[in-house]
Amino acid sequence: MIAELGLAALWIAAALSVLQLIGGAAGQRDEQSELARLVRPAAIIQGLLAAFAFLMLLWLFAVTDLSVKLVATNSHSAKPMIFKLSGAWGNHEGSMLLWITVMALAGGLIALVERRLPEKTMLATLAAQAFVGIGFYAFLLLSSNPFERLPQPALEGNGLNPLLQDIGLAFHPPTLYFGYVGLSVAFSFAVGALLTRKVGPDFARAMRPWVLGAWVFLTLGITAGSYWAYYELGWGGWWFWDPVENASLMPWLAATALLHSVSVLAARDALRAWTIMLGVVAFSMSMLGTFLVRSGILTSVHAFAVDPERGSFILFLLAIYIGGALLLFALRAGSVAEGERFAITSREGALVFNNVMLSAILGIVLLGTLYPLLTEAFDVRVSVGPPYFNPVGAIFTVPMLIVMAVGPLLRWRNDTIDRIKMPIAMIAAIMVATLVLVLVLGAYSLLADLGLAIAVGLAIGSFLPLRGRKLSRVPIATWGMVMAHFGIAVSLFGMASESAFSEEKLAAVAVGSNTQVGPWTVTLSEVEPVAGPNWTAIQGSLKAQYKDGKAIELTPQSRNFWAPPQETSESTLATRWNGQLYAVIGNQASDGRWQLRLWWKPFVTLIWYGGILVALGGVLAIIGRVRTDLKRRHAKSRNAQRKREVAAL
Amino acid sequence: MSNWRLWVPLGLFSLFCGLAAYQLTQPKDEFVNSAMIGKAVPDFALRPAHPERPGLTVENLKDGKPKLLNIWASWCVPCIAEAPHLDTLKRQGVEIVGVAIRDKPEDVARFLANYGNPYTRIGADDLSEVQLSIGSSGVPETFVVDGNGVIRHQHIGDVRAEHVPLLLQKLAEAE
Repeated sequence: MIAELGLAALWIAAALSVLQLIGGAAGQRDEQSELARLVRPAAIIQGLLAAFAFLMLLWLFAVTDLSVKLVATNSHSAKPMIFKLSGAWGNHEGSMLLWITVMALAGGLIALVERRLPEKTMLATLAAQAFVGIGFYAFLLLSSNPFERLPQPALEGNGLNPLLQDIGLAFHPPTLYFGYVGLSVAFSFAVGALLTRKVGPDFARAMRPWVLGAWVFLTLGITAGSYWAYYELGWGGWWFWDPVENASLMPWLAATALLHSVSVLAARDALRAWTIMLGVVAFSMSMLGTFLVRSGILTSVHAFAVDPERGSFILFLLAIYIGGALLLFALRAGSVAEGERFAITSREGALVFNNVMLSAILGIVLLGTLYPLLTEAFDVRVSVGPPYFNPVGAIFTVPMLIVMAVGPLLRWRNDTIDRIKMPIAMIAAIMVATLVLVLVLGAYSLLADLGLAIAVGLAIGSFLPLRGRKLSRVPIATWGMVMAHFGIAVSLFGMASESAFSEEKLAAVAVGSNTQVGPWTVTLSEVEPVAGPNWTAIQGSLKAQYKDGKAIELTPQSRNFWAPPQETSESTLATRWNGQLYAVIGNQASDGRWQLRLWWKPFVTLIWYGGILVALGGVLAIIGRVRTDLKRRHAKSRNAQRKREVAAL
Repeated sequence: MSNWRLWVPLGLFSLFCGLAAYQLTQPKDEFVNSAMIGKAVPDFALRPAHPERPGLTVENLKDGKPKLLNIWASWCVPCIAEAPHLDTLKRQGVEIVGVAIRDKPEDVARFLANYGNPYTRIGADDLSEVQLSIGSSGVPETFVVDGNGVIRHQHIGDVRAEHVPLLLQKLAEAE
């Protein structure tokens, strides 16, 4: 019954999205027509119904209803409750339902609160949102029904991939989905604005919280995903340039460019066509990412259940939405009035530079990711890895980061380098000094050394926009920018330090003896078998001592899951303020000694702390922007009220 | 912005869609097998890729004992995944020789220190010459070569636990 309720809610929601599309289209001729007035309510109810369907799926997983195919294939009665629930979206069908739910809720929210734009533009935006939604409903209902029943209920579920049985992973995909969906809203706004040719500051302000929100979630998603890969895969690395990682990085790059160009549009009414273009590109990248991951067209270390038929469906949707939007762009963008002009040395100029660099990096990552696809068409199989991405990406990342340190110091519209030459000289001096220091310390990796120098310069530079200002009067959004830029510096410092100063050790250690890695002395005190709810493991007990400090106990495991059978390494970490010790236990050698893999990674945690700071900066920016928007709306309605009163006199 | 430039994004996107659609229609799981299966490994001589192991020449493959020829690289992530299974094969008495593709000695050394060294010989193939001449198109790949240097079987992709019995069987057949 529960499954049928969920399915029914989905079908009704799909029907409502069709109504929303038709109403939005009718509204283009007459925005007061009966159909047009149904658009907002349809969007709101659709959001509620989709959320209801998702709750039903959660319910089915919570009670492990084995008559439902999805539950039987992906869950198990012996699993802890939190993983039963996360199993609801840890699979293709459930994750598509989650996607639709978030998208429908977002559509409902715009319908409920967004009143700044001309009603025609809003109707076009909601119609675009419905148009995107219909495709996903069709996909879900026709080819991936999450509520499908089994002819015979299964006796026991098939478990969940043990690699996926992890608290971090339970929340990683939803985070990315919130990001993707936020970009779909930005996409709908861009299409709505193109259709009605209303591109201006109001449009930018309406779109901005969604872009910022999407960006915050993408930042968190990438940060969490990188940390997950770091401690769960047990390979000691934090980024592998794997197609799936790139699929999450590309929308982030586009969203970063978009949120900066949206700010220019909101503040200065410039970069109109460019902002629209980025709105389309950002969502394209999230759909492209989904396509690459789900179609199995590229091979990846992330083993997803892949299905070429589903791949074709997503490609079809991608072609319609993105192709359609780009066609619209080609036809309409020429007729969108040109925005304000500005000088090259100005805040806009720096932001445009940042945009171009981000787009170039995006292009490089996209090319590297798709290149194997291209060469395979000529029967050549290649694997593109760090030797391509790192140096080629750096060509654009390095100048971008340098401009990032000084760009926020420039004034809008027109400025001179002369005015800010003191801070520029200061940042340059700090960078050079850091570079010298790093070389003295004996790290000779070009990219890592440059990274450290730029990180320190950028960290200082990110606070300079606050100089000479009364801190209590600095807008919240500016604090957000400062924090996000500082976060990038922190993260960059972590990456560069990890790459320049890491020490690693593979040792065969007998129980009772020890080995050294960096400043750590690690003693293997005991190896014993342990058991968890659905796994057994060999667990090593390590005593790790930093220099002469107190020993810390670490317990890396080599786990064997029994449903389904699979072996994984559970690495353990000892975190200090200045870095992490990373320990993995391997097999026993024939002479009875155990293989230990140890890394000492100075300041590696800054990579993820930086990511969190960046996301917090985004949150501050949203709070600041929404508050200003509310104030503006309040002032507007008060003005209108006063006008009415004056007219009534 | 002049008008033709507005069409560029759509043009590029159409190219991508065409390519992706073409690739989707291609059978994905049928790997392109080497045309060299059943033929002798062509002549080659590779310098050592690692100070602790000798290099590899075609003569080493003709010593009468069947071997696994593993094409790998330190920069290849699936190679990390297959390392424990190569180790299993080695412990079952299989002789494995390695060809390191476009690699640096320090990276090779670090990889072997981290993930184990199942190889008796490792040749450095800096230009992928040997790789191409035996019909391997990617890393990792593993070939079963009999005692006369004739390629008997090709395994494309990383060796997983479930592939170990098959490789052992192919090696036995090559005796």
